[in-house]
Amino acid sequence: MTERTIAVNYLARVEGEGALRVRIHDSKVEECELKIFEPPRFFEAFLRGRSYREAPDITARICGICPVAYQMSSCNAMEQALGISITGAVRELRRLLYCGEWIESHALHIYLLHAPDFLGYPDAIQLAKDHPEAVQQGLALKKVGNALMTLLGGREIHPINVRIGGFYRCPSREELEGIRPDLVRALALAEETVRFAAGLTFPKIEEDYEFVSFRHPDEYPMNEGEIVSNRGLRIPVTKYEEEFEEVHVPHSNALHSVRRGGGSYLVGPLARYALNHDKLPARARAIAREVGLEPVVTNPYRSILVRGVETVFACEEAIRIIDAYRPPPEASAPPPAKLGPSVGAGASEAPRGLLYHRYRLDSGGLIEEAKIVAPTSQNQKRIEDDLRSLVTRSLELDEAALTNMCERSIRNHDPCISCATHFLHLELVRD
Amino acid sequence: MAKPRLAVFKFASCDGCQLSVLDCEDELLAVAGAVDIADFREATSSVLEGPYDLTLVEGSVTTPEDLHRIQEIRAQSKMLVTIGACATAGGIQALRNFGDVAEFQKAVYAHPEYIKTLATSTPIRDHVTVDFELRGCPINKFQLLEVITAALAHRAPNVPTESVCIECKRRGNVCVVVAHGTPCLGPVTQAGCGAICPSFHRGCYGCFGPQDTPNTDSLTKNLERHGMSPLEVQRVFRTFNSMAPAFRAAGTAAVAEGAKT
Repeated sequence: MTERTIAVNYLARVEGEGALRVRIHDSKVEECELKIFEPPRFFEAFLRGRSYREAPDITARICGICPVAYQMSSCNAMEQALGISITGAVRELRRLLYCGEWIESHALHIYLLHAPDFLGYPDAIQLAKDHPEAVQQGLALKKVGNALMTLLGGREIHPINVRIGGFYRCPSREELEGIRPDLVRALALAEETVRFAAGLTFPKIEEDYEFVSFRHPDEYPMNEGEIVSNRGLRIPVTKYEEEFEEVHVPHSNALHSVRRGGGSYLVGPLARYALNHDKLPARARAIAREVGLEPVVTNPYRSILVRGVETVFACEEAIRIIDAYRPPPEASAPPPAKLGPSVGAGASEAPRGLLYHRYRLDSGGLIEEAKIVAPTSQNQKRIEDDLRSLVTRSLELDEAALTNMCERSIRNHDPCISCATHFLHLELVRD
Repeated sequence: MAKPRLAVFKFASCDGCQLSVLDCEDELLAVAGAVDIADFREATSSVLEGPYDLTLVEGSVTTPEDLHRIQEIRAQSKMLVTIGACATAGGIQALRNFGDVAEFQKAVYAHPEYIKTLATSTPIRDHVTVDFELRGCPINKFQLLEVITAALAHRAPNVPTESVCIECKRRGNVCVVVAHGTPCLGPVTQAGCGAICPSFHRGCYGCFGPQDTPNTDSLTKNLERHGMSPLEVQRVFRTFNSMAPAFRAAGTAAVAEGAKT
């Protein structure tokens, strides 16, 4: 009987604060816990008594990396509760804003958080000393995503222009056309990004995932669709809580989400891509083919390629929306004529995966109950399963190498612990 | 000569203010070249021991561990700058300070006994000496660059404490209150964002906290004249900067005043 302990006090290059504990007994992984000790902030509690109109700005503050996702999911839920439907140019502008966030967030993860793992650097700044073109390309791409969010939202972090029903102000055609050349350049940079990622070396690991994402008949999903999985799930958003439940485990300040009566599942780029590959537009599909990316990717390390392909898609889609844009007659749907007690559920595809919101409103439009399920809480159990499988097959590695593999395995899923709540401290006990 | 050592630490927050460092796409590599990044977990796995010449602190204090951690960080830091509304005014999570945190835990978590948290969310200055507070939810990345540059040059940062109105006028905006009757916190809120909301035909909602001489009583009357109820006025002061003294007082007064009328 041997006991080995590996400890990393704070997982780096993830958003938020977490720790990990793995206990191995007689070459068997007995415990594998992704501990999240990001301090809880109690959004669902203090949202009560706030107006439905405040939800997009307040919930944006759950995450500085994907505020648009929170704004979109909260709007989708509130609009469902209030019977407001979003169509035409306003719908397209929301998608355009989301393209900005996907470009920004994916470029951040690919170049600043994930690529250093493959090339053996502690961070992108050290990486830039030996590979300046790659990092500068990443920053240039990220900057265009931020510029698009700033154009539509006023600023890149916690944009101010989103409201229930639409926007405060919609841009003119000229304003959008002004950013088009940047997006054309970004599209080329995104394609180069996929080629760059294709040149990396990937550990040979395949996982058996239940992928969960939106699916929409006409488009690669962002704000609308049915929730589907590769194991036959197909439900409207309003049935989400019938199929998924949150479990509170002792080692985490985040709630774990699981399939009712089932186990872990995965949301995010791997899931979206596997379930919607056929909806990608031409350039995104072509680059995936060029680098030999199969339509279903089950090697989590290769998620860097899928993020790259989704970035190509987001640039391509942004250009399409700009080219077709005619300003809507009104920036926003009129507020509901009459408020009454109501419930609304909504979701959207955050860069890290499906983000679900549900609100119950009182007769004055104040929030009585809020429920928010972040992508990382949904992935947390699946990340633990990845770690368990990784440690089981890598027992021969020394502590340093195994620790490094564990950290990399977590970063594959771009966890946003701020969203899930937050802190990674890696501790491996072998007995 | 050794380069100054920069550290970035996180407390309860959304990560957005430290992300602002990485959002300085054109300047990031230059800044990184001018300092040694000693500790910045969101960006790097490499960690150097203190002391630090410049420490940026994001987030508010909400856990028993963080009460100790902030003291240790202060002891290691020559200059400590808080970045953002959480670190400077408790942040959105300070709304717990007006509620019952035990009840909040029950509302969110099935097993509140697993959660260790303090009853309040408090700004960094409540615990240690702070050398400079950079406002904003989120901070403005150009103001952040100014603070870093000033710290490296051993001079005071040039960060105006005037109101959003001044910025709005400079930008050439039409006043949303005067022209459209839109309630706006601009007159009492510190500049720094670039008067974004009025530029998008929206009233300011106070992300940068109170300006240096805010007349909140007068503004409260104005907000009510433009159709906001006392409770709505209270909520707008109690959002991202509810622990900033002027906004805290205005939030309390809004409902007390409303009860009288």
